[in-house]
Amino acid sequence: MSEATTPEDATAPAERYGVPLSDSRGQQVLHPTRDGYIRLLRTLLDETFTMCADLTAVDYLLHMNRELPAGVVPERFEVVVNLLSLQRRERLRIRVQVPETDPTIASAFDLYPGSEAMEREVYDMFGITFTDHPDLTRILMPEDWEGHPLRKDDDPSRIPVQFSADFTKRGSR
Amino acid sequence: MSIVDVIRDGNEPQQGLKPRSEITARELLREVGSVLRMSEAEAAKLGDIPVDPTEDQTMIINMGPQHPSTHGVLRLMLELQGETVLRCKPIIGYLHTGMEKTGEQLTYMQGGTNVTRMDYLSPLNNELVFSLAVEQLLGIEGDIPERAVWMRMLLSELNRMSSHLLFLATNGMDIGAVSMMIYGWREREEVLRFFQKVTGLRMNHNFIRPGGVAADLPAGWRDDVLHLLEMIPPRLEEYDILMTGQPIWRDRLQGVGVITADEAQALGATGPILRSTGVPWDLRRDMPYLHYDQMEFDVVVGSYGDAFDRYAIRLNEVRESIRIVHQILDRMPSGDYRIQNKKVTPPPRARIDESMEALIHHFKIFTEGFKVPEGEVYAAVESPRGEIGCYIASDGSPTPYRMHVRAPSFVNIQCLPHMMRGGLVADAVAVISSVDPVLGEVDR
Repeated sequence: MSEATTPEDATAPAERYGVPLSDSRGQQVLHPTRDGYIRLLRTLLDETFTMCADLTAVDYLLHMNRELPAGVVPERFEVVVNLLSLQRRERLRIRVQVPETDPTIASAFDLYPGSEAMEREVYDMFGITFTDHPDLTRILMPEDWEGHPLRKDDDPSRIPVQFSADFTKRGSR
Repeated sequence: MSIVDVIRDGNEPQQGLKPRSEITARELLREVGSVLRMSEAEAAKLGDIPVDPTEDQTMIINMGPQHPSTHGVLRLMLELQGETVLRCKPIIGYLHTGMEKTGEQLTYMQGGTNVTRMDYLSPLNNELVFSLAVEQLLGIEGDIPERAVWMRMLLSELNRMSSHLLFLATNGMDIGAVSMMIYGWREREEVLRFFQKVTGLRMNHNFIRPGGVAADLPAGWRDDVLHLLEMIPPRLEEYDILMTGQPIWRDRLQGVGVITADEAQALGATGPILRSTGVPWDLRRDMPYLHYDQMEFDVVVGSYGDAFDRYAIRLNEVRESIRIVHQILDRMPSGDYRIQNKKVTPPPRARIDESMEALIHHFKIFTEGFKVPEGEVYAAVESPRGEIGCYIASDGSPTPYRMHVRAPSFVNIQCLPHMMRGGLVADAVAVISSVDPVLGEVDR
């Protein structure tokens, strides 16, 4: 087990398992690169993190200047994975930056089969493609739906419905 | 693709279960092997996959979305060979109402009304996890008054009882013990009557809010709870006579829908499904929140991972909840029921008439909402169905930038293909029932 290093005992930014580590309200967050994502998951699986509790994504289109550890370049999308170690009673969160121009990331299906449906949900809601996923289809929306609803630039009032809403004015109230 | 094309092509070409002629043996083995943590070659050696039944020996049928035992609008596509289920695929989304998108438009104060409607059988647990996440973002999780914390525990334990009683009712009905449906519903109604007295509503309470709870307990609440605690244990004994010891009941459930501990963890299953495999994992004990670390209770586990274990675990968890509620009654402190922080809690009505500042705070909180510092946080609690989690990313505005709920039913339902494989089609109903999914939460 590699111990977490804190900024106090080294000038380098905090790291764990060789990837930048940050602390969010007392919860540990790892920030691997897209290429190192699966490698990190494999390490963590060996480190008794046997359960993928949650996998989701965030579209940071309207909030690009968020806080990230040094060396992590903010991108539009972020895939957020919550891993759980029953043996150590510990949680770890992984945030992977996924660029808008190429919204793809490797699938965790072969390591965590339970992530299959969650990755489908992220694909459905954000349009992020998971390579080597066994069945990447929409899961909650109808198949002929156009667009990805949880993207910030998706316009729900595009559908001709009786009510309409101006979602561009978010945060102004 | 226009709607005409969809109709012409037949319904739902992509999401459904593909006919056997269109999938390769590799895809099949990958599906099985990854759950068992095996390579495809090792999975092939298992030999429990039927060796290439020809197309005319198998049949794909739809079960649901209007099937009464699918607990709402779950649709299963089953591939059958005779009466044996070879493959199964749950198809969901029929109840999708975009609640996570709605959550981005509602302020933190209004958010409770949204999340409480997800798992409509344990609404108080949903509100609890949302409130805990918001409080962690605000950094006030340590300042919540004691009475509010104990009230939250009281309500979430009673909610666990009402949810499990409903499970006993529907499980009985699905298996054929129809009188059990009436008994379970009757007892649940008694618990809901208490909720109505406390919160004003039977369901969808929006009672647990960021900063505490909405109101204090009404006069006479202790007698009402004691009445419940006296009434329910003898009824549970009756259920034991009616079902647990019955040979028909046992035959119908034992050995059905078996899942092992490794498989359950690989699939991310939590709650009674994980515990039925013998893994003693309960967030109340293993990652305590509120004051569960001061409570004395047992984590009920099974040993075979079958539908009977899941039934027995839920029945006995009602008993454990009764134990916890007794301890809560002994220790319920007096005091505030919500945090006295002017930025989060609206001022009392009487203050508005005499204080300009109170009027401004009141106006700001109800028109604009309170601002939450930037950051992101994941909170999790043990709901009756497993780990319910809430992930909130905040950009510093009064509405969540992103609000995601990790719904236990959504994950647990992915165990269905694994539990049903190789079983009989008649057992499919028992397996769905034992997973106890709430479709409002699956589809959100």
